Amino acid sequence: MCGIVGLLVKNPALRGQLGALMVPMLTGMTERGPDSAGLAVYTTPVAAQQRKISLYSGERAVDWSALLDALAREFGEAHEIAQHGNQAVLTTGADADRVVSWLTRTAPTVAVLSVGQSIDLYKDVGAPADIAKRYDFASLQGTHLVGHTRMATESAVTPKHAHPFTAGRDFCLVHNGSLSNPHLVRKRLEPLGIHFETDNDTEAACRFFEWRLREGDDLTQAVTRGFSELDGFFTFLMGTGNELLIVRDAFACKPAVVAESDDYVAIASEFRSLAHLPDIAHATLFEPKPEEIYSWRI
Amino acid sequence: MANLKPLPCVREFDLASDSLRQLNSYLHHRAAGDGVAEIRVRNPDGAHSIAVGLNAPLEVHIHGHVGYYVAGMNCHASVTVHGNAGPGAAENMMSGRVHVKGFASTAAGASAHGGLLVIDGDASLRCGISLKGADIVVGGSVGSFSAFMAQAGRMVICGDAEDALGDSLYEAVIYVRGKVRSLGADARFEPMTDTDRATVKGLLAAAGRAEDPAHFKRIASAKSLYHWHADANQEY
Repeated sequence: MCGIVGLLVKNPALRGQLGALMVPMLTGMTERGPDSAGLAVYTTPVAAQQRKISLYSGERAVDWSALLDALAREFGEAHEIAQHGNQAVLTTGADADRVVSWLTRTAPTVAVLSVGQSIDLYKDVGAPADIAKRYDFASLQGTHLVGHTRMATESAVTPKHAHPFTAGRDFCLVHNGSLSNPHLVRKRLEPLGIHFETDNDTEAACRFFEWRLREGDDLTQAVTRGFSELDGFFTFLMGTGNELLIVRDAFACKPAVVAESDDYVAIASEFRSLAHLPDIAHATLFEPKPEEIYSWRI
Repeated sequence: MANLKPLPCVREFDLASDSLRQLNSYLHHRAAGDGVAEIRVRNPDGAHSIAVGLNAPLEVHIHGHVGYYVAGMNCHASVTVHGNAGPGAAENMMSGRVHVKGFASTAAGASAHGGLLVIDGDASLRCGISLKGADIVVGGSVGSFSAFMAQAGRMVICGDAEDALGDSLYEAVIYVRGKVRSLGADARFEPMTDTDRATVKGLLAAAGRAEDPAHFKRIASAKSLYHWHADANQEY
């Protein structure tokens, strides 16, 4: 089991409340996923030459200001860090790939959660309500988000195994279900130079779709290709810098409900995570059909 | 002296403040003795297992959307959902009536032995899977694998059906008004008889629907999977 939640606000006036609207959605999925939770939130993009890198330090305390000084010495360009406990969002004007590889060498206890212009990523182990409080999810602002509560069935309970998974730039994916051929997918991608960080089945799907995006597919084409390449049960919810997409496998074993109004599109595994949303009584409710791709743009 | 009758009594639960346990405990242990005409439930907000395991002729109205297993194992009671239902609505119903005014998620009426399940909107995949004697009337369309291995009972579909309708049917019979994307293994169209038309008419009337029974087609088992054929070498 697992819970998924997604929210895209169509009405720009609601962008300031994105996090506040989402927290009850996420905590509503606690019974489906009590062991870890995570969230990707898409904010106003940074300047064209900048990138944001979400970082996670786990139990080890990190001297973020010392890290900032070291980055300035190494790369010169202006850097900023916004810290939330053991998570931080680094904004850099330097080449993001170089910064990530420098971080891997210089600060091996710091994990890179995401890279992009608009994505901020949080994930951790524990009850969803505790994680929401730990990172002050209620204060988050932005255009859309992708969230997940995890009940692990196939790999360890660690922050790295929590969802969302990310790959490339501004792309993330959460998954309710289980894949039966993640190792075959991985065997196919690794010779192409695609690096995996965990043994989690969802990471294989995330890296498969991101590889297809880099090969020139749009997200819908990539997902359509996934129908024949990814074997297993899934409801996938994905985010890019300007899009939210949901798809269910042919057997639709894993639930999903969409509520759409003039103001927002809200998605959850179950209606109980949508019941509190403003004017929900007048939103259009439907369940995504199997192997049909539903996407919305900001 | 006028024959004064007591006013019909409505007992209301608001799940925004009352717990699900309070509601279900009342329905199981107190409602029949209280002689209430109706139990009304407000703000279900997608809660699971509302009104499961009822065993008395109660009239329950739920105003809003419900989660998994609403009215599961229902016996004697009439449960109406004025909204949508999550997975497994009326699963394993034994008797009585369950009416979902909106749409129903996967496996509605799964394994139901008796009673009538009415879904005004669409039903998702696996509606009536392993049906064991109940009747199901769907006002809209049904998803794939509906009536899979259905053993007894009748299913009336006023809209369309997706793939593998009636796969491995036993004695259950399906009536469809719209298009069938594909039949499952061993399911076949059969001619409608007067008895079939009367059956459909009766079920539509029971569900409060006005479709013309003449527009329905009958699907039943070809019975080629009924017996093990040693010579078939597992090639069916």
